Amino acid sequence: MQIFNVARNIHLGIKSLMLHKLRSFLTMLGIVFGVSSVIAMLSIGEGASKEALAQIRKLGSTNILISSIKPVEDEAEANVHSHMIMYGLLYDDELRVIETFPAVQQVAPVKEIRKEGRLYERALELRVVGTTPAWFDLVQRSLIAGRGILKRDIDAHAHIVVLTEYGARRLLATERAIGEQLRIGSEYFEVVGIVRSEAEQGGTIQTPDQEVDAYIPLNVARTSFGDIIIRRTTGSREMSRVELHQLIVQIRNEDEVEATAAGITRMLERFHKKLDYRISVPLALLRQAEATKRNFNIVLGSIAGISLLVGGIGIMNIMLASVTERTREIGVRRAIGAKRKQIVVQFLIETMVLSTLGGFVGIGIGVSIPWLVTRFSGMPTVVTPESLVLSVGISMAVGIVFGLYPAVRAANLDPIEALRHE
Amino acid sequence: MTAQSGSNTDVIRLDHVCKTYKVGEQEVHAVADVSLTFSQGAFCAVMGPSGSGKSTMLNLLGCLDRPTSGRYVIANEDISKLNDDRLSEIRLRHLGFVFQSFNLIPQLTVLENIALPLFYLGWSTEKSAVHAAELAERVGLSERLRHRPTELSGGQQQRVAIARALANDPKIILADEPTGNLDTATGEQIMTLLCDLNRQGKTIIMVTHEPSVALHARQRVHMLDGRVERIEDDE
Repeated sequence: MQIFNVARNIHLGIKSLMLHKLRSFLTMLGIVFGVSSVIAMLSIGEGASKEALAQIRKLGSTNILISSIKPVEDEAEANVHSHMIMYGLLYDDELRVIETFPAVQQVAPVKEIRKEGRLYERALELRVVGTTPAWFDLVQRSLIAGRGILKRDIDAHAHIVVLTEYGARRLLATERAIGEQLRIGSEYFEVVGIVRSEAEQGGTIQTPDQEVDAYIPLNVARTSFGDIIIRRTTGSREMSRVELHQLIVQIRNEDEVEATAAGITRMLERFHKKLDYRISVPLALLRQAEATKRNFNIVLGSIAGISLLVGGIGIMNIMLASVTERTREIGVRRAIGAKRKQIVVQFLIETMVLSTLGGFVGIGIGVSIPWLVTRFSGMPTVVTPESLVLSVGISMAVGIVFGLYPAVRAANLDPIEALRHE
Repeated sequence: MTAQSGSNTDVIRLDHVCKTYKVGEQEVHAVADVSLTFSQGAFCAVMGPSGSGKSTMLNLLGCLDRPTSGRYVIANEDISKLNDDRLSEIRLRHLGFVFQSFNLIPQLTVLENIALPLFYLGWSTEKSAVHAAELAERVGLSERLRHRPTELSGGQQQRVAIARALANDPKIILADEPTGNLDTATGEQIMTLLCDLNRQGKTIIMVTHEPSVALHARQRVHMLDGRVERIEDDE
């Protein structure tokens, strides 16, 4: 019976509101604008952070990336003298990481060398990446043809190479390149596989021009090309010795990522005198980005909340006027036998009908604003279902909060006075 | 039917009922020591000049107010000590009101106005509509069910109000100057309707200051300064 009465009270509320159509409509506008600004702001905020989050997530939330960087002091020195500088991750670092931390699932070492690749007459500046089979697991790039680097290649010290799709095409080779002998530097490597080059995966590895990567077994890279990199610039020669450029460390589960990252940092501090490495934890970045987004949403939400507050006050104002106007109706209802509670419910539901209706109109407008923004400015926006539920909830809550006082006031009218009211 | 009889057929009994208001320092006795009983089927007019306490009397009888002292028993229930919710309950179950200015709810149709008490009794919409239509017919208004009160004449509005007062099938109908806003001819029609209802067994207590209207009642209570001055009884 209670639910049934709610339905009839809603019906009654609509009737009463329809008595003053313009007034009800104008009162509703406050909520309409409030709700539409909540939705519009949340969707723009959501859209802005979504891309950033997606990029970080691609790096793998269970991964820790350790990269070699040239220490600042060496940079300065190198400009003065032309002697060899040594920095970066060591082969031993990989072993230490694996042996020290039980949470580590696997580690993919990356060693980069710039070399010219030559297939028949065609030549191409390649980024030769010496790595292990783990790399193919961690980076998850799909094979177009052939295979990746396998453990037996490492064991056999095999001169094999896996090319990227783009690089392979540049060398005038498609799937047929499998089995060809590619000359890198002065040695020949058998092409065993081609992987898809995905431009958006650029963030995974240090340099963005990975489309011309050539993946070879790490131990082969080490013996064939050594650790010394010579970079020639006009008038000067810069020599540096770097063992590994990057370590991609995969952790068994997300909970252990941050603790392990801290452990690795402490360990590296012990073995490296200079700060010639950088640790980045995608999970931490992800958390940070999410926290930023949350703060952003709070700020935007508060601004929108103010317009809802103003809308709510408008509603309360009108409902108070309505209660005064309908004093006699209240008196009659009380005389007939309505309890105070029933009068409260009647006016509360009437207010909620007004605010919820405003909420729904607001959703209509609020959803179309982000759509227009995306259409005309190209800014990404995301309308989440949560924001819709939130808006309806908020508009109903506004109805309750700002309807309660007028409703209680209506219910507390003395029926005798109310009947006498002119 | 008179003031002192105390049989089981009494629906209303007032024992030394007082209603006192405080105006500043002074106490005003709107109703002072009134003892009355009304039995089932009575038709009584409460008369008196303005300020005689007849309105306060009606508010007390209608359970819209509680006496300051004394006992008021309606339908075997002493209402002097009841809380607001219980008073509402008594009004809902046992009383019907007819007002001078009709007091219909403007946003509701005739049918919905008549069905209003049924809403608070928790009847279903369908059942209420059927019953309300029957009541409309009883007061001679079956053609105007979908109209708004403002589209009706004063007499028609009062008929709607009477139908509404009958909806909860009360034992007692309280009428406050029911003809006060109507011309004489229409007023007569309304009084005829009330007399019919009385004949059908409803107890009617009516406040009026017009002697011609009061003559329709079978009993007249004259009030002065909050006291019952005299009681005229036709039987």
